[in-house]
Amino acid sequence: MLEASALTCIKGDRILFRDLTHVFRPGVLTRVAGPNGVGKTSLLRLLCGLAQPDEGEVRWQGVPLRAQTDAWHRAVFFHGHLPAVHELLSPRENLRSLAAVQGLPHDAAVIDAALAELGLARQRDLPVRVLSAGQRRRVALARLILAQERPVWILDEPFTALDVAAVAALARRIEARVRDGATVVLTTHQDVEFSCACDILEPGRFAPRRKAA
Amino acid sequence: MGAVFAAMLRRELALAWRGRTDVLLALSFFVVVVCLFPFGIGPEANQLRSIAPGVVWVTALLASLLALPRLFEHDLRDGTLEQLLLSPEPAVVWVLAKVAVHWLVTGVPVALFAPLLAGLYDLQPEVLPLLAGTLLLGTPTLTLIGAIGAALTLGVRSGAVLLALLVLPLAVPVLIFGAGAVEAALGGVSYAAHLALLGAGGFAAVALAPWACVAALRLAVQ
Repeated sequence: MLEASALTCIKGDRILFRDLTHVFRPGVLTRVAGPNGVGKTSLLRLLCGLAQPDEGEVRWQGVPLRAQTDAWHRAVFFHGHLPAVHELLSPRENLRSLAAVQGLPHDAAVIDAALAELGLARQRDLPVRVLSAGQRRRVALARLILAQERPVWILDEPFTALDVAAVAALARRIEARVRDGATVVLTTHQDVEFSCACDILEPGRFAPRRKAA
Repeated sequence: MGAVFAAMLRRELALAWRGRTDVLLALSFFVVVVCLFPFGIGPEANQLRSIAPGVVWVTALLASLLALPRLFEHDLRDGTLEQLLLSPEPAVVWVLAKVAVHWLVTGVPVALFAPLLAGLYDLQPEVLPLLAGTLLLGTPTLTLIGAIGAALTLGVRSGAVLLALLVLPLAVPVLIFGAGAVEAALGGVSYAAHLALLGAGGFAAVALAPWACVAALRLAVQ
């Protein structure tokens, strides 16, 4: 179980949220909602351990993340709003190198299957430089398929730049993963319907009333 | 752990090969600057011979600075860095792989080209292998120290200048012993101590720099 306990996040001299406490249950999709600038991305980065909270802590299976970095990194999959795709490498090379470093499956067959599933079978050896923005997002999302077994998915705007069919396919994949008992936390500005158990977390509700002195 | 190192090495080598103009830039800078000194100083063989080790070493140091700002910059911008930091293996493994490839494409070509340019300085052929050897032994330390600077100045405005100011003072010992070894050989005295100290500096850098680098990178993605 992933828990956020009394998290406070300060950006510059502004408190984004204070005392944010939430339990992210397995088998539930948590949608982090709110307008731009309330700290959705900041919250996701705190949850996956890329940033440290100014106060409070994030716990996974009851243990603070900092005390179990390796185990946590084996459990979590993070999809940031930056694609982590290098323009000079092909989709195959991009996936293989990053998957190997992250301890995800990275044999040629698995990677080719993931790329084929996202409709990139023909582009798999082209440099990413020549692909469209949507295709680049797909390369990044192919890592989601490689991370199929990870119990926690943290996804920052996974639907950006995808066409309607791809959005639907990705939503089905996320639902299936949630039904299998994974913990999924995501942000999105698109109206995507999920038929699984959903929860909404609004970091804006934990914002202090007025600016910090 | 080996798989992470190998995967990163492969990735960085592919990237170095595809972006090879960057490599040529640092090497060309080295060649051009080393060639400039004889024009400025004039053709007095004795004088040129005495300044040669210092000139080659200082230029190698400056050339190694040229490519450093790009070491982690691209990875930060496209989000690769945050994904790499989520690796279940220790981050020093992939940092070392990156630094090793960076040295291979910036330090090694400079070390191999230095003896070819020594003709301009009328250096005796006997000391040329030593000149290349000291560069091969000393440039990994320069790259490792530089990597800390590159990680610390990541995402900072005018980071390249700050990087130079941070790294150059730290590189002074390497400069002293690297150039000193060649000068000792020219003067006919033993240079073993210089080489031993260069090597020791290298080992210390390999042991400490990657950890400092990782700490700085974690701060950079915050």
